[in-house]
Amino acid sequence: MSDKTTPPVLELANVTKTYQVKQGLFSAPRPLHALGGVSLRIHKKDVLGLVGESGCGKSTLAKVLLGLEVPTSGKVLVDGKEITPRERKLQARRIQPIFQDPYSSLNPRKSIEDIIALPLVAHRIGDAASRAGSVRRMLDLVGLPQRVLKGYPNQLSGGQRQRVAIARALVMNPEIVICDEPTSALDVSVQSQILNLLGDLREELGLTYLFISHNLAVVEHLATRVAVMYLGRVVEEAPAAELFAGPRHPYTQALLESVLTPDPNLSVPDTHLGASYPNPIAPPPGCHFHPRCAQVRDICKTTPPPHVAGPQGHVDCHLHAAPAR
Amino acid sequence: MARTIETVAEELRAPSPAAILRKRVFGHYGLVFGIAVLAVIVLIALLAPLLAGHDPYAQDLVARMKPPFWMEGSDPEHLLGTDHLGRDYLARLLYGARISLSIGLFAALISGLIGTAMGVAAGYFGGRVDLVVTFLINVRLAMPVVLVALAVVAILGGSLQVVVCVLGLLLWDRFAVVMRSSVLQVRDLEYVNAAKAIGCSTRRIILLEIMPNVVNNLIVVVTLEMAHAILLEAALSFLGLGVQPPTPSWGLMISEGKQMMLFEPWLIAIPGVALFVLVLAINLLGDGLRDVTAPENRG
Repeated sequence: MSDKTTPPVLELANVTKTYQVKQGLFSAPRPLHALGGVSLRIHKKDVLGLVGESGCGKSTLAKVLLGLEVPTSGKVLVDGKEITPRERKLQARRIQPIFQDPYSSLNPRKSIEDIIALPLVAHRIGDAASRAGSVRRMLDLVGLPQRVLKGYPNQLSGGQRQRVAIARALVMNPEIVICDEPTSALDVSVQSQILNLLGDLREELGLTYLFISHNLAVVEHLATRVAVMYLGRVVEEAPAAELFAGPRHPYTQALLESVLTPDPNLSVPDTHLGASYPNPIAPPPGCHFHPRCAQVRDICKTTPPPHVAGPQGHVDCHLHAAPAR
Repeated sequence: MARTIETVAEELRAPSPAAILRKRVFGHYGLVFGIAVLAVIVLIALLAPLLAGHDPYAQDLVARMKPPFWMEGSDPEHLLGTDHLGRDYLARLLYGARISLSIGLFAALISGLIGTAMGVAAGYFGGRVDLVVTFLINVRLAMPVVLVALAVVAILGGSLQVVVCVLGLLLWDRFAVVMRSSVLQVRDLEYVNAAKAIGCSTRRIILLEIMPNVVNNLIVVVTLEMAHAILLEAALSFLGLGVQPPTPSWGLMISEGKQMMLFEPWLIAIPGVALFVLVLAINLLGDGLRDVTAPENRG
């Protein structure tokens, strides 16, 4: 669990990312707020699960953390020190990515050895012999046989490829690993192996994960804290056990209800969400969630929701604002 | 899992990568044919002084227009006969291979460097760079190659160097177009993002992450443009504005033979066939290399 006395190892302070979307030749581009002021704190050895529907800004957040996108405003702090885009290369040693699709995240022209050694080569760490040693240790760590070293990605299965991607992410001894849906492209049987591997590695190496997923079961399995995103905002954040036991935000409640159960007698759960995800270029006024909210009130349609801090997390919702309680 | 790891490991252990590559190269008949023919032509070009037996420039006005060996009245001294100035046709053909090959090689090299640099920059950086490069490509495509080459050669005078430079500066458009679109396809793949997130420099990403994945397209364009340059040189020489006589160029030989075309068709058939075989071999080589190096075919 997070220790509130130590500073967070990774902190996002009111990060926004706005894209200009062109809508035709003569109309002016309109802003799309992919991230509308996200603040998150991740403590050492925590696993922050980030959940939300497709298009809610999860991947944009990962790209900002990885330095692939420059935030429009706000700060990214590692160990309390602000990281500017120019210091990206230093930051890269400490924050490493694991991507969603292991079929496209490994360069098909490179051998497995070259792929895993790439971070070391890019940062000029060690000589050829020490790099080869590190690569071999990583293979052991992620449970791949040494014989795949000279092979190419297309000779491996999806699960093995994802193990290679994990080895590449860990070869630099990073503190933080950004996992962007690391299991969603894998078979169900392989998913659990990769998740267990990630869990074991966290224990062994003291890693901190930002774990992005739309699969709540996966998040419940691995995360210590959970943040729920909706339209570029974190609407609820709480320790995992607390959030799954008692979701406070109506959106979180709907998400948890939407989890499919293996019981064939139950039909597809009704989440009251409807099918339509709002247009992110023209988000609804007030609380962005109000058109789909089961507990909508008049105030939700006009006023943005307050930031209600709880004992362990926060929720952005009128329902939990002080007078309503 | 353990079983799949073991089986994959077995597959990996069996043949070495070099053996796999060898097997794939020799299994591709077009590629084997292209390599063999091109190798013969390169050897001929290199060993021309040894093979020819005659000076390609030496005129012998007594022995003019001797027919080649398969026709009546041929001279065993001149296997492929002699031209209208009594020069040995075989010697001129062999030395002509040097001209054609060097034009193809250097023109493709120059245009390849220009076009690849522009195309990769446009594809990778996008935005304004892309706008400028696309504009330059369009400008270049609006110029008729043969007419511009004719005009430039007419102003500067024809010579091997001028022809190589003109063709090199004119034929980069396909390199730029193809490289731009291939890089566009590759640059948003996750392994490029991974390399960026890992902290690789832009130079490393372009040279080691992107280029190896687009180089098979580049090879095809190189061979196409080599063949294109060789044919254009022949066309320019035929029109009298390419390589200047008495240099033995295949295009020039066709040009010099055209007055006698109706009576002595072999005068243009021989260099014509040589051109055809060379261009065919280069195209087969390019196609084959593309097939063999494509990563989806790697066994």
